[in-house]
Amino acid sequence: MSPFFIITAVVTLLGAAFAMSLRNLVHCALAMAVAFSGIAALYLQLDAQFVGFAEILVYVGAIAILIVFAILLTRSGEAPEKSVLTSCWMAGIAVSAMVFTMLGWAVLNSSAIPKETPPAPVATVKNVGDALMTKFVLPLEIIGLVLTAAMIGAVIIALKEESKNENSGRKP
Amino acid sequence: MLGEQIIKGMAVTARNFFGSYVSKERLTTVQYPEEHLVPKENTRQFPFLVYDGDDWEKGLRCVACQICEKECPPKCIYIVKSKDKKPDYKGQPQLYPLTFDIDISVCMSCQICVEVCPFESIKMDTKFELSTTDRFGDLLLTKDKLAKSNRYYQKLHPQDAADSDAVIAGEKAKATAKVKAAAEAKVKADAEAKVKAAAAAATAPIAAPVPATPPTAK
Amino acid sequence: MFDKLDQIFVTALHWLVSFLPEGLRPFVSALICIAFVMSVFPGVFALTTVLERKILGRIQNRYGPNRVGIPFTKIRLCGFGQFIPDGIKSLTKEDIVPRAADKVVHFLAPVVMLIPVLLSYAVLPFGKHMTITDYDAGLLFFFAVGGAVEVSVFMAGWSSRNKYSLLGAMRAIAQMVSYEIPLILSAVTVVMIVGSLNLNDIIAHQNQYTYGIAHWHVFTPWGLVGFVLFFIASLAESNRTPFDLPEAESEIIAGYFTEYSGFKFALFFLGEYLGMFAIIGLGITLFLGGWTSPVSFLTWIPSYVWFLSKLMTIVFVFIWIRGTLPRLRMDQLMNFAWKFMLPLALINILVAGIWHYLGAGALRWLVCSVIIFGAYAVLGRGLMHNQKFGKRIYRYAE
Repeated sequence: MSPFFIITAVVTLLGAAFAMSLRNLVHCALAMAVAFSGIAALYLQLDAQFVGFAEILVYVGAIAILIVFAILLTRSGEAPEKSVLTSCWMAGIAVSAMVFTMLGWAVLNSSAIPKETPPAPVATVKNVGDALMTKFVLPLEIIGLVLTAAMIGAVIIALKEESKNENSGRKP
Repeated sequence: MLGEQIIKGMAVTARNFFGSYVSKERLTTVQYPEEHLVPKENTRQFPFLVYDGDDWEKGLRCVACQICEKECPPKCIYIVKSKDKKPDYKGQPQLYPLTFDIDISVCMSCQICVEVCPFESIKMDTKFELSTTDRFGDLLLTKDKLAKSNRYYQKLHPQDAADSDAVIAGEKAKATAKVKAAAEAKVKADAEAKVKAAAAAATAPIAAPVPATPPTAK
Repeated sequence: MFDKLDQIFVTALHWLVSFLPEGLRPFVSALICIAFVMSVFPGVFALTTVLERKILGRIQNRYGPNRVGIPFTKIRLCGFGQFIPDGIKSLTKEDIVPRAADKVVHFLAPVVMLIPVLLSYAVLPFGKHMTITDYDAGLLFFFAVGGAVEVSVFMAGWSSRNKYSLLGAMRAIAQMVSYEIPLILSAVTVVMIVGSLNLNDIIAHQNQYTYGIAHWHVFTPWGLVGFVLFFIASLAESNRTPFDLPEAESEIIAGYFTEYSGFKFALFFLGEYLGMFAIIGLGITLFLGGWTSPVSFLTWIPSYVWFLSKLMTIVFVFIWIRGTLPRLRMDQLMNFAWKFMLPLALINILVAGIWHYLGAGALRWLVCSVIIFGAYAVLGRGLMHNQKFGKRIYRYAE
């Protein structure tokens, strides 16, 4: 429990808590970006360089921006009228605390967690690359295919709107 | 080929850049306080009063007719006429301005005062570095600051000064010609009157109760 | 002797740190490195602002600033002291925050822009053994923190509650995201050939000489195209002409930093230029050999001098392009990124693969050159063909 870990963990948890509870939606998105960078810092402390940098590149650089664009293009981002907490928040806290304790007890007492921590695996970029190309090549290709399908779908959706606009605009 | 025109454009700018160190005429900038642009002949800024000769009070062409004061659109000229007269370039006695003030914070350099002046006495100057720290006092030019000699005017606007001198010379010539003609006419009229008087005296004793003709040459 | 001169900063650092006990050494060493970066690069920034104005002036047939030298004296120094009054001006101007602005986000936006940019200097090799942190995945770190700049652009644009700012921010983010893809893909070709993401390994791969000429990546077909793509994409990432639509004054009144004045504006300006230097530094490391010299008989010149001179040369070319080209419109910009640069970057990756597998020899030069320049010509023709020049059709007005 080094001081670095405590600071990073506090920052991450605060970011996540603010992301849930702030009134202004854009502030929530920015707090979530802070939480993402906190997670990246945790990865870097575990010496997983590739995952840490990829987290910043993908989550902070792309996903946070995507969420922000989505907020701006669909809502006005103004503060909501009523409180962010629902009327029966105490019951919600009680139920979630119970679920958390049950799951935690189940996970900790399961056989999936070994009693002694195994040695840290070597996760240099070269190892990650090797693994992706030999052991995990099928998931990589499938992910690539899914991403391509998503991009083509996005282009088709955008195209259709344009042609609809064209048709409606041409009518005298 | 994509990018070909971009490379050509970059070659042009590179020539401009390196050429500006080599040949001075590529740089069209005039480094202002140390160098000045040569002004064109019909540059104009604020008016000034022209005087002939060396004494600015005696040779001042302005006769305080107040036409420029009335025609000035923003009314920036203030003239007070004098009580006595002094002779102008034609020899006729004319008034002169006791006070002639131009407020150059108001003057808009429209040149209307120059166009309407019948005496070629107010012309446009080209000086523009007139900024002062005293907003009201120093920007009101009085007669002594406004009076500049005809030689200065000839240096400033050679063509205009030549035209204006020609007009003045023309007027002077007309005036002297008129005086001469008047003198000649007078001499002629005197001679005729004398002849007529001699003829009347010759025929006077014959016609008795003829009403007496009044004597002519008086 | 020249080796000692080359390593003078490293030995100075070690000597300074040796006065302290073991525990404090990493911290103080890091602090000294940070102080070095924070003093050198803002100094280069100040010099670049004056240089830009003077070079643009000369290109436009006029002098640039040529009067301010050392303040309070008459020494002119050809106008290179201009950054001092500029700095004083931006520090003493009133800091106006719009009443409806989101104060916290408005305040944090310049800070959030500067932090990733300064972080990215941590992996650049300024000279031999002169990298501040030598990560295994240094290139990935650079691109990761480069992506965090977009968050700050959005924060600046949104918090000002101003239509121009928001529109400018959206355009700027769209532009930055679109041009990041050719940027990263052109860097991927280098990683493929070198086999490592470590920037010092990439430089070591270029530090060999045949017939006196170095093995810089820019001297290979895929490297040349990759460098050109990287160069154009870095122009777009730093919002420089011809890609400066998001911040052009005549278009959108300074875009996302319209509502910033005084020191915050100076911070944005600083962040933009520092980002420009960082990305040029990365381009130099990937394609132009970093701190190595191009010819083998000039290796005695210290490595940091080479790095700095390459940096200033490319900054000069940036300024030259700024003085030459008009601005691209937003749709032209996007067309260029997605329809020309992305296919060319993908074909470049293919060509780099072919280069690697054909082995050394003249054949791979021929094959790769033919493929890549053929692709360039075809794509260029396709791009120019799509421009419909003719009578303009108004889609909604008829």
